[in-house]
Amino acid sequence: MERIPILKLGRALIVTIQVDMHDRLAVALEEDLTNRIVATNAKGVLIDISALEIVDSFIGRMLDNIAAVSRVLDAETVVVGMRPAVAITLVELGLSLNGVRTALNVERGMELIQAAVAEEQGGGELADADDEG
Amino acid sequence: MLTTRADTLQIRVSDDVVRVRQEVRARAVEVGLSLVDQTKIVTAASELARNTLEYGGGGECLVEALDDGRRKGLRLSFEDKGPGIPDLDLALKDGWTSGKGLGLGLSGARRLSETFEIHSKVGEGTRVIISRWK
Repeated sequence: MERIPILKLGRALIVTIQVDMHDRLAVALEEDLTNRIVATNAKGVLIDISALEIVDSFIGRMLDNIAAVSRVLDAETVVVGMRPAVAITLVELGLSLNGVRTALNVERGMELIQAAVAEEQGGGELADADDEG
Repeated sequence: MLTTRADTLQIRVSDDVVRVRQEVRARAVEVGLSLVDQTKIVTAASELARNTLEYGGGGECLVEALDDGRRKGLRLSFEDKGPGIPDLDLALKDGWTSGKGLGLGLSGARRLSETFEIHSKVGEGTRVIISRWK
């Protein structure tokens, strides 16, 4: 069966969705990502949806599920590159993706994930700095 | 009102939902809908096509490009011969689902469309008609 490739970069897993996904492909991605998080000890998952022309309730639920599962496995999911028309439509559809962190682009998304990695390595120091600021 | 083009698409397997999205997108571009309106009607079509497949056991979608002399528009009719919906008011509520979905399919598709009609008879099937105008 067709699969969406998952790349590993440091402690991050990166997925770029470039096809119009049918539902089984979305379910397969959810499973593959979950397995890879555990296998690679990933701290973050970056999902680039800039090529997606729509996000319907099924894909929205997949993104929500991936975020929830990765959180349980101590990894942060960041969805990046949502097109403006997709964002408008998603909200009107009634999906707010509350559980999903988003960033405007891949660069910002990677910053969020690197911050999570640094926090794990640095431990208390970063948290203290945050309190002061 | 003039129908300038009509295509019937079969909805039998999961890939057909993708095909409906692509066809609706192409027609929406031809009719001249804005990018946001294209995205809305394609998303609504995706929800309704999935409903036709999951709950109706498959069916078809009629895609019509319309021209009423002043405006152009797109009308989509989804029809299945499935079990029908016993309580339409309930089915149109946000968050209500008889299956494994989020319960946003019907209610979301209604919000994303300019006109929305639903006809359903238990034991006979369901037909949902939506439209968007330029």
